[in-house]
Amino acid sequence: MKHKTFFWFVLPSSVAMLLFIFVPIISVVVQSLHVEHEQVIISVENCGPFGCTQATTIDQEATKKLLEAEPLGRFSGFDTYADRNHLAVEDVSQAWDKADNWRDFGSQILNLPFYKAMSFTLAYTFIVTPLVLIVGFIIAVAVNGAVKAIRGPIIFFSLLPMMVTPLVGSLIIFWMVDARGVLGSMLQVLAGDPELSVKASTPLTWVMLMFYGVWHSAPFAFIVYYAGLQTVNQDTLESAMIDGANRWEQIRYVIIPHLLPLTTFIALMQLMDNFRVFEPIVSFAASAHATSLSWSIYNDLGGEVRQLSSAAATSVLTIIGVAILLSPVLIRTWRDFSRK
Amino acid sequence: MFLKKMTVAAAVVLMSSQAYAACGISEGNVSIIGNEFPAIHTVANAAAACAGDGVEVKSNLTADHKEIHVAGMQGNPAEYSSAIIANSTLVALMNEDVVRPLDDLLAKHGEGIPKSNLITVDGKVMAVAFMANAQTLAYRKDVLAEAGVEVPTTYEEMLAAAKVIRDKGLMENPLGGAYKSGWNLAEEFVNMYIGHGGEFFKPGSAEPAINNEAGIATLEMLKALAEYMNPDYLTHDSNATNAEMEAGNVALMNMWGSRMGNLMDDEGAEEQVYSNIVVGGPLTVAGGSIPASTLWWDGWTVAKNVSDADAEATFLAMKNGISPDILTEETMGQAVWMIEGYTPAPVNDGVFAAIKAGTKPYPMLPYQGLLHTALGNNIADFLLGSESAEQSLADAEAAYVAAAKEKGFL
Repeated sequence: MKHKTFFWFVLPSSVAMLLFIFVPIISVVVQSLHVEHEQVIISVENCGPFGCTQATTIDQEATKKLLEAEPLGRFSGFDTYADRNHLAVEDVSQAWDKADNWRDFGSQILNLPFYKAMSFTLAYTFIVTPLVLIVGFIIAVAVNGAVKAIRGPIIFFSLLPMMVTPLVGSLIIFWMVDARGVLGSMLQVLAGDPELSVKASTPLTWVMLMFYGVWHSAPFAFIVYYAGLQTVNQDTLESAMIDGANRWEQIRYVIIPHLLPLTTFIALMQLMDNFRVFEPIVSFAASAHATSLSWSIYNDLGGEVRQLSSAAATSVLTIIGVAILLSPVLIRTWRDFSRK
Repeated sequence: MFLKKMTVAAAVVLMSSQAYAACGISEGNVSIIGNEFPAIHTVANAAAACAGDGVEVKSNLTADHKEIHVAGMQGNPAEYSSAIIANSTLVALMNEDVVRPLDDLLAKHGEGIPKSNLITVDGKVMAVAFMANAQTLAYRKDVLAEAGVEVPTTYEEMLAAAKVIRDKGLMENPLGGAYKSGWNLAEEFVNMYIGHGGEFFKPGSAEPAINNEAGIATLEMLKALAEYMNPDYLTHDSNATNAEMEAGNVALMNMWGSRMGNLMDDEGAEEQVYSNIVVGGPLTVAGGSIPASTLWWDGWTVAKNVSDADAEATFLAMKNGISPDILTEETMGQAVWMIEGYTPAPVNDGVFAAIKAGTKPYPMLPYQGLLHTALGNNIADFLLGSESAEQSLADAEAAYVAAAKEKGFL
């Protein structure tokens, strides 16, 4: 393609990306480098049905003047990133100095909100992503081996978890694992412990969230693999059969290598999706046991007093996290591309 | 059931036709955002009755109102022309300067609104209250009688009663409570901490002061109560706790006055359960005299960023929303209405008892919301047993300080 043609060809999407992805990211970065003006607090008398009390309020006129002078607020550089609710630089170094051993250091670090969120986010990402790949692949191979007549309905039912809205899907599982729900009661019988409650235990809540993650995302991997299975070279498969390869060997030496590029694609999508795990934590009301970076952003914006800079800083950290996670895959893809 | 629905429908029709004549709005758009419980539905419906020629009245009532109302009122023109709010949420709106002082509209159309309903901040009327609310005791009188215990008046007695009920095998988890991690849990802390006589901030500053003996005693009491709750208590909000009570699993709990009606009506529970639920006053703790609860009012505001015509229409529609006409047999018990013609029903006993007992209102400070959020995110660690009370309080203070610095309060 000529350079000029290429330019006109990609122009619309470039403009859209610039407007809808790049500009918002820049605005988030700018926001995260600023904090609000020092509040002008005045003492006032508040009166209501329960009598009058002395309280304080924000002097809006003074605030307006400050805002007119500096609409973005005070420039704070990386202070918000370094504070305790984010990277907690000071607390980490203190913990490092004080801690007697690794265990102690670890528990102190995990008490900080950002690292606590990070620990669950990473555990979720690295456990759910491979499981999604494996489960999706198994379903795809199974469906591909099924009789043609029933394939349609099977594909439909396998895709259902992905079609259900995440909030609703997790609510369904939330009620099923309730101590009095179908799954919850079954677990109590299996474990022989009538007191067992998934929602009350941190490890079990983690398992539940990850189970949900796999349940919800496996259909995506399945449908991509299933499409890939339709393009497996039948000649190669037949020659493998003639060479005496059994079913497992056919999968191992013919199908899996063929589907490898798709695996990269699914892994990429899933790493990104799982790193911003959010809905199940809200639906499962699991924030006492597990938090994620996205949940922190939601929590900052959802409180009675909104913390925009804090949310912006966490967003930027999330973007950096996604970039780091994807870098090995991207580098690999780039190498493959250059080799060609 | 059918008859009941018909009467409600008839009442609504009657109300709206009356209201239409009385609203006096010529044109304008009214859009209401608010929390979702029966009393607020009543107000919003009565405001909606003002809709007609050139007047549009919409409402969005949701439990997630706190997450959207600031954003929905910041634009110009604002998406919402009125927010139905309470003590703490009014502060959140005023922090962002999105509500309009009502003095001029009151001067013009204020007749009929009692002075005691006006919420003034620094001499300016910022909201009009229409109901009072507080968390008080709700209990099953049959279960307490069977266990042979008196109705508790303190949290210590509540614990003792819970122990008897459990030991006698009447209920496995006799206590309930809206302890859902986040806002609800922090609210329980605020109640209990006030009951212990604690102060949230160093006098005259925004520096937190919760890591003290009162704070530790508060957390320990919350944990002691939680031992008698459904093990999933950290996931239970008011709705879920009410469901536990209606399912007959809970004998004693601290619940919002505005939700008692749902407990005592004949829907969602067996007769044995709903007919035995009684509302009591707020409890005290640790020998204190101030109840471990907070008083709340619910009221309405008018957005700053709407045209004068819309502001006037909103004022009139909301005024109609809280007119004495909304009080019917059906709505009377929904809340402690601060409206002329209101006669208390038994479900409202708790809130009256709370007012009489000298319960403190929820603090209206611009930075209280930040401390509330910090508490909601940190004290669950103590309840789960993964850290000490001091550590949880220190964490909450540190999280608050970081947030308050970013917001310019410290």
